[in-house]
Amino acid sequence: MGKRRTVAETRRDAEFETFTAGAGGRLLHAATLLTGDPAAAEDLLTAVLARLYADWFRLRAEDPYEQARCELFRRFAYHPWWRRPHGGALDRLTAQERLIVTMRYFEGVAEEQTAAQLGLPAERVRVISARATATLRSIRDEERPERRRPGAPTGATRAVAP
Amino acid sequence: MSPLPNRRDDEVRRLLDTPHPVVPIDLTSRAAVRGRGILRRRRAFHTALWALLLAAAIAGIVLAVLFWPDHPSPTTPGDNTWWPPAT
Repeated sequence: MGKRRTVAETRRDAEFETFTAGAGGRLLHAATLLTGDPAAAEDLLTAVLARLYADWFRLRAEDPYEQARCELFRRFAYHPWWRRPHGGALDRLTAQERLIVTMRYFEGVAEEQTAAQLGLPAERVRVISARATATLRSIRDEERPERRRPGAPTGATRAVAP
Repeated sequence: MSPLPNRRDDEVRRLLDTPHPVVPIDLTSRAAVRGRGILRRRRAFHTALWALLLAAAIAGIVLAVLFWPDHPSPTTPGDNTWWPPAT
């Protein structure tokens, strides 16, 4: 191995270490929200970070966090159907709803950008996120009925009503 | 579409806004090892591809040198017509 390549590999290792020390927690949180299972989230994040490590010098001036996030969502979107996510904070949501809720509300990706990244129309993304929001609120109301205000329609009825 | 803050969206955001989970210590090193594996496979693939291209170029040159038609071909004397000559 040449001297220049050794220097480059050392720099890659150092920069990658710094990046994961800073952004690892947030990325792992997103992965945990998606998969619902800490072990599966770790596997997903390891695969994403390995890809980022290999592509570290290819992304010249781009944000590595943005890259890792896109890769995470892409990998989760192409999960096989028999490895459906279970549990976690977003239990009872489908994989697509989990993906859209995490992208829109946890990571704060804009609606149009979410739609473009998933290859869906923006209206569809809006409908899915509204449905997922209603489901989450209904679950929350079921768990904590004392927080339900008297007279206010519950999330469950709102989710069912058109 | 709507940049206005929405109460329901804020509730969902609050629901998701929990402390980050603890990252395992060896996750970075495992990811780096896997990344090095990806790099090695990628490099091997590129090397093989370049070797194939080089071999194809050398084979082409060799075949061209061996079979170059340096004398006029003895077929079709030709009278500048495409129809067969009347016998």
